[in-house]
Amino acid sequence: MTDKIISAKNVELKFGKGSEEVVALKNISLEVGAGEFVSFIGPSGCGKTTFLRTVAALENPTSGQILVNGVSPDEARTNRAYGYVFQSAGLYPWRNISKNVSLPLEIMNYSREEISKRVSRSLNLVELNGFEKKFPWQLSGGMQQRASIARALSFDADLLLMDEPFGALDEIVRDHLNEQLLDLWQKTGKTICFVTHSIPEAVFLSTKIVVMSPRPGRIVDVIESPFPTSRSLEIRDSKEFISISQRVREGLRSGYDHNENKG
Amino acid sequence: MTTMRIRAKKFLKKIAGKILPILTILFLLTVVWYFFTIYLNSAMQIDRYDKQGISWNTSKLVLDTMSQERPKLPAPHQIAEEIWETTVQKKITSKRSLIYHSSITLSSTIVGFILGTLLGVVLAVSIVENRAMESSLMPWIIASQTIPILAIAPMIIVVLNSLGFSGLLPKALISTYLSFFPIVVGMVKGLRSPDIILVDLMKTYNSTKVDIFFKLRLPASVPFLFTSMKVAIAISLVGAIVGELPTGAVAGLGARLLTGSYYGQTIQIWSALIMASILAATLVFSIQAIGYLVSKKMGYTNEEA
Repeated sequence: MTDKIISAKNVELKFGKGSEEVVALKNISLEVGAGEFVSFIGPSGCGKTTFLRTVAALENPTSGQILVNGVSPDEARTNRAYGYVFQSAGLYPWRNISKNVSLPLEIMNYSREEISKRVSRSLNLVELNGFEKKFPWQLSGGMQQRASIARALSFDADLLLMDEPFGALDEIVRDHLNEQLLDLWQKTGKTICFVTHSIPEAVFLSTKIVVMSPRPGRIVDVIESPFPTSRSLEIRDSKEFISISQRVREGLRSGYDHNENKG
Repeated sequence: MTTMRIRAKKFLKKIAGKILPILTILFLLTVVWYFFTIYLNSAMQIDRYDKQGISWNTSKLVLDTMSQERPKLPAPHQIAEEIWETTVQKKITSKRSLIYHSSITLSSTIVGFILGTLLGVVLAVSIVENRAMESSLMPWIIASQTIPILAIAPMIIVVLNSLGFSGLLPKALISTYLSFFPIVVGMVKGLRSPDIILVDLMKTYNSTKVDIFFKLRLPASVPFLFTSMKVAIAISLVGAIVGELPTGAVAGLGARLLTGSYYGQTIQIWSALIMASILAATLVFSIQAIGYLVSKKMGYTNEEA
């Protein structure tokens, strides 16, 4: 119907009551269109993960409205509209890689043939074919995270929510996975929301960068990226890349300043 | 050929590494035991010499303290001899066969253990799935274990007898009474062990509570279950033996202990005790082996691939 995959209006979310009340999200308004790659960047406590969890219906906003695919997040969850990738791979140690990828498919009652077809296709996308029978502890951290991405891809949701998926990995592995993710995004045409701590990662990957700030968690800047969807690691040395990085950094700093003035 | 030899050597080293420490302790225990045998039994032996007017010296005394018929503390070789005579040299069907008595105790241990495990798992599941169950059941479960089993065992048996149950079942129920507890505690912990993100992940698939239970909580609890089962089977055996004591049971290791104490036959008591501990060790080891195989089959283990 609409090509707006996510649309949030004045979303506010509070945890706790009285003096222990924490405003995790305040006045968040944002639209994410189909096929976009949106990064959420900001320091800890800025609400970027909370916002992602709200989109996934793992948290409920205190006020304001949020729509995913034009319906409420909970309805979207029921429709299995999104795949979620957590910071840790979260693979089940008693299932081998192919069984881990097939977990959502089993829950969604796919047929056996369909499951095996989808598992091999998803593993193909993250270049993990050949590791079907391995157990998680036999894989490196980067491979585990790729397996968890394959798991999120397996049921073909159009929206991929990724919460610092590469946060625990070293820089070299991270670069490689970023390229792979970009490749995967172009191949599948999915909409991706990506939470990160890293400025280069955000600038390199995104079509839109959402800069957030803590206490209360809010959006301080939204930057549209001028880079084409098809890009390589070299763009990181370009002028535009550096200037966007600067703008992100300024956004982050203004959040902090604001905070200090307050007190 | 050489690789095989290296492997064999490695294997032997591994075994030696595991068995040597055990043997060392066993050796030390035996030495201490012999010392106490001589020390504890000598007073009675000297008394006997005096009464019968027998002249004696130290070496005669030492030898005699280790061959009394009803010593305060029998020597290890006397117990070994008794066990040998009552296992290998007796027909299994004989009332004096220790294997016969062990099998009686073993069968109620196993029945009690199985019932206890089932009860424990059912209670744990209801506690994990229902908050109200936790607050209403948990205090009673803990309270049940504070009652001395020796006090409650005769009551259980008397009540069950008057209800028409006798023989194996009342004894087994005492084992159940003891063994369900570690299972409940271990299983509750195991069922709650999955990381919060794994539960969230299941929610993002819009999975039902049943899915979360069977695909996540239950498999995650398996290692916890086996750890608890090791404790449970050992105390099941204790329960079965205790269950045989107050009833004047005629068969079972508990009965052997009881008749032994009636007639002051310390050698018989000690051999029943040793038999019980061998049984316990075997049971615990079996559970451990099954647990190892199961977790290996599940892909859990990362020990020495």
